[in-house]
Amino acid sequence: MQYLLLIYDNEAKLNALPPAQLVDMYAEYGALTQSLKNSGHFLAGRQLHPVAQATTVRVKDGKQSVTDGPFAETKEQLGGFYMVEAADLDEAVAIAARIPSARTGSIEVRPIVERKDQN
Amino acid sequence: MPLPTETGQASFETIYREEAARVLATLIRLLGSFDLAEEVTQEAFTIALQQWPIEGLPANPRAWLISTARHKALDLIRRRANFADKQTELVHFLQSCEHEPPAQETAMLEAEQPIEDDLLRLIFTCCHPALPQEAQVALTLRTLCSLGTEQIARAFLVPVATMQQRIVRAKQKIRDAGIPYRVPSREDLPQRIAAVALTIYLVFNEGYTHNNREFAAEAIRLARLLHRLMPSEAELTGLLALILLQDSRAAARLSAEGDIILLEEQDRSLWNRTQIEEGLMLVEEALRQGLPGPYALQSAIAALHAQAQTASATDWPQIAALYTLLYRQQPTPIIELNRAAAIAMAYGEEAGLKLLAEIEQRGDLKCYGHFYAAKGELLRRLNRSDEAIAAYERALGLACSNQEQRFLRKRIASLR
Repeated sequence: MQYLLLIYDNEAKLNALPPAQLVDMYAEYGALTQSLKNSGHFLAGRQLHPVAQATTVRVKDGKQSVTDGPFAETKEQLGGFYMVEAADLDEAVAIAARIPSARTGSIEVRPIVERKDQN
Repeated sequence: MPLPTETGQASFETIYREEAARVLATLIRLLGSFDLAEEVTQEAFTIALQQWPIEGLPANPRAWLISTARHKALDLIRRRANFADKQTELVHFLQSCEHEPPAQETAMLEAEQPIEDDLLRLIFTCCHPALPQEAQVALTLRTLCSLGTEQIARAFLVPVATMQQRIVRAKQKIRDAGIPYRVPSREDLPQRIAAVALTIYLVFNEGYTHNNREFAAEAIRLARLLHRLMPSEAELTGLLALILLQDSRAAARLSAEGDIILLEEQDRSLWNRTQIEEGLMLVEEALRQGLPGPYALQSAIAALHAQAQTASATDWPQIAALYTLLYRQQPTPIIELNRAAAIAMAYGEEAGLKLLAEIEQRGDLKCYGHFYAAKGELLRRLNRSDEAIAAYERALGLACSNQEQRFLRKRIASLR
């Protein structure tokens, strides 16, 4: 099965991290990505720019509205993702637990809808 | 067709009770689908109900049921095969047939071990932490206890449609989120065992609180089964011990009018001695199996109550010490409340009230009736009647069962 692991963390806290710690974290992410590639779990994975760079688009009655945001009232923001191949939810959860941000933020594990014509 | 005789009916029901979950568990593994497995399990029992009274009981009813259900599944899949979304079921089914040629099938179905493993898989799947707690309980009652959706809905005081939806959604999540049908890995096991134990305890507690004997009996049956399947897991030993010991007081905890009788006022000669003996042995076993976890500790507390010949002979200092250990593992306000009550019994009401005041100040239990009932009880013993009445009235406003309400009204009346 395929899963999207959505990485939520507190941007403000991440920005406040001392540079050395940030370097460590990126190194850990790099090692995890490499390890997931080696084990055949990795399908895709990227870091996102902060929410400040986000744009929200809605179309209502044929009229398009573009705003900044999402206005993050929540403490954690979507900061990146992995798309992985895993045998089942338990394996996907085990991978999610290895993501560095699981210790400071949270990882949402979402099964991807399977469609025959896309496989 | 002749109707089944009365004895035939009785033995059929026994087989249904004992085998339905096992047959279902194995079929889920063979078919890879909860829904299909449930459907054909029901059908197999329906056919059995028609055939067995005429043709007699098969030599191995379980193997007969599984085999009949499998053939039903094959029929169903063939009929539905033109629907693309059924293809995965078909593939899974055909694969399972390939691996098990018919000659070996009977031998496989008669072997105890794989069937017991299937039951364990089913338990861990129904109690997967990715499912909402209430869905875990509902699914466990539905699949492992083979209770009807209506019966479960009635017990939880929700409309049947709501309960139906809860179960359908849980099964949907098992399928779509890829919740595995297997026993968790060694490293995940402690956490997953805790989830299973909690679900079984909630079933028991539901039965105990509302005096639903069937739920209590089912919880004991499940806890017994789990203990047999994983005999060296201290928490599962502790869980079985705990519910056996709590349940041993069932006949003494309600008056003839159905009113609650507090532990210290119960007629201890009504306690079920056989259950207590078994419970005490299990507590010792659990404590030998390693560092005691929450269920082992709670079973040790229940054991101290069970061993006291009279209420006044209860070893309250020991119980208070166990609650302190338990609170260290699970710092929840409810355990803090129980600890405060034990300390009041061991070291006096004032000491207990002091701890209750700390909890009240934080406001953690401001919607929890038992908190005010406990506070009222301590105030009553100190002859602080007005304050006791106020606390009992607050508890009355939050009480959820009729029995609790009647108990509190009596207490209030006795103080006026």
